[in-house]
Amino acid sequence: MTSEKIIEVKNLVKKFGSFVANDNLSFDVHRGEIFGFLGANGAGKTTALRILSGLSKPTSGDVSVAGYDIYRHAEKVKRQIGYMCQKFSLYEDLTVAENIMLYGGIYGLPKKLIVEKTTELLESLDFTAYHKRIIGGLPLGMRQKLAFAVAILHDPDIVFLDEPTGGVDPITRRQFWEMIYKASAEGITVFVTTHYMDEAEYCDRVSIMSEGRIVAIDSPAGLKSKYQSRSVQDVFVKIARASNNNRV
Amino acid sequence: MERLKTACPLMHSLIIPTDQYMIVSNNISKKYGSITALEDISIKIGKSELFGLIGPDGAGKTTFFRIVTTLLLPDTGKVTIMGLDTINDYRLLRRNIGYMPGRFSLYQDLSVEENLNFYATVFGTTVKQNYHLIKNIYSLIEPFKTRPAGKLSGGMKQKLALCCALIHAPELIVLDEPTTGVDAVSRAEFWEMLKALQEEGITILVSTPYMDEAILCDRVGLIQKGRILDIDKPANIISGFRKKMYAVSSRDKFRLIQNLRSYPSVESVNPFGDSVHITFTGDRYDSTIAGKLEKDGHLELRIEQIEPGIEDIFLELMTVTENDQ
Repeated sequence: MTSEKIIEVKNLVKKFGSFVANDNLSFDVHRGEIFGFLGANGAGKTTALRILSGLSKPTSGDVSVAGYDIYRHAEKVKRQIGYMCQKFSLYEDLTVAENIMLYGGIYGLPKKLIVEKTTELLESLDFTAYHKRIIGGLPLGMRQKLAFAVAILHDPDIVFLDEPTGGVDPITRRQFWEMIYKASAEGITVFVTTHYMDEAEYCDRVSIMSEGRIVAIDSPAGLKSKYQSRSVQDVFVKIARASNNNRV
Repeated sequence: MERLKTACPLMHSLIIPTDQYMIVSNNISKKYGSITALEDISIKIGKSELFGLIGPDGAGKTTFFRIVTTLLLPDTGKVTIMGLDTINDYRLLRRNIGYMPGRFSLYQDLSVEENLNFYATVFGTTVKQNYHLIKNIYSLIEPFKTRPAGKLSGGMKQKLALCCALIHAPELIVLDEPTTGVDAVSRAEFWEMLKALQEEGITILVSTPYMDEAILCDRVGLIQKGRILDIDKPANIISGFRKKMYAVSSRDKFRLIQNLRSYPSVESVNPFGDSVHITFTGDRYDSTIAGKLEKDGHLELRIEQIEPGIEDIFLELMTVTENDQ
């Protein structure tokens, strides 16, 4: 991780009619950082993620991603990022190799480079024997590892992971996180949204969203000591309860 | 057993099982072509027990569940449920087993209410007759009873699937990864429901990839590559683990993992949130470890002995088995 800011968000507000989905968010993410973006369903994570990835415009506020202003250069932002989510990332009816080829093409990589990258990727994942297999027939854990590798095929500045390891067994989950550490060590910033709190423990820093606002932001260790909790899960429950009490 | 329903009243005398166990699996094996899915599985599960089958993707959990629910034939071995054979007595058993498969398998175009009525009718009963069993769960999704099942959230789908698996008042329910892809709050609620069903006398066989759920079971079986590694109460599995475990952390996690793996004195290396959990070869603490890591350039280094949790033990058992093969 470096001190260079790769994501800068100041006073971000996003409204849908009278509903405030993102209420004055301000935070920075550093190059190479593994940043966990936590919150319950409906807290506003997806709205913020869509803005950061150039798919939606803020109502107000300043947002810069990979050095580009999100209002003026959304298309340039999209070229600098990778995206993976649990529900959909790879085409189930295509083979492993076809998926890599397809995404390489979408990212605009030259054909020769795609071929090189495919070989490299299959070897590093130990997937060479599976390159002609249809994605739909592979175990979930394998698919997720491949989806992550494909999301960073074009060496993006930032990769956004939307609940990447839900339902994955402890061994595969660790292999997945080692891939994330490796990407981070190579300078790729990893931005993870999740509602699995054990996943948060692997991040350098996490923010916790509730009702459109960021209510806490710190390293997992920092949060645990501030809230005198043994796990981020406990921190989360304490924060959720406090915001419920405030409402009453 | 008084709830055991007969396919035909005349058969009643044939099915007064005296077996003290709900499920007895004797030396079950199953292959798909050249792939061994299950190898010599023997498990006994008591009546009203909440038993968890824990293992990675492809370990054989679903194959075992399908054999128990009479949907698949084992190659060798025998399973009895309430003393009845899963092959010869499958008709009778199916009336007394509720099965919730891993993939959401209700009719997506039918409403919540229609799905429930359909399953009740298939089993020759009515929703009204067994409503007491599902009341607490169904009341949570009742406000959405006219919504198509395909349009429900993950947590609600799961509750509906459980209601449908329960509506014929089975003695045994078999739940294949019921909480996968469900949010933390719904997961916690789901386990409270299972505990309540257990108190009604229902035996529950469940699988899960989440270790925090494993400790909620009365007993768990750890399964990998079709073989059972251990069966015990979660507390016994934890206390039976003899090796000393250490948590190591430094600023550069990725290099820390690589460095630790390269030291012969270190046996297992598993990332655990903001630290890395390790055991030493032969359980002998290497007092030079801090020096080695410092020499490799690690900053903010911390090493401390910790109490292993069930996830540590699961990983340790898996790794040992992997290395044996």
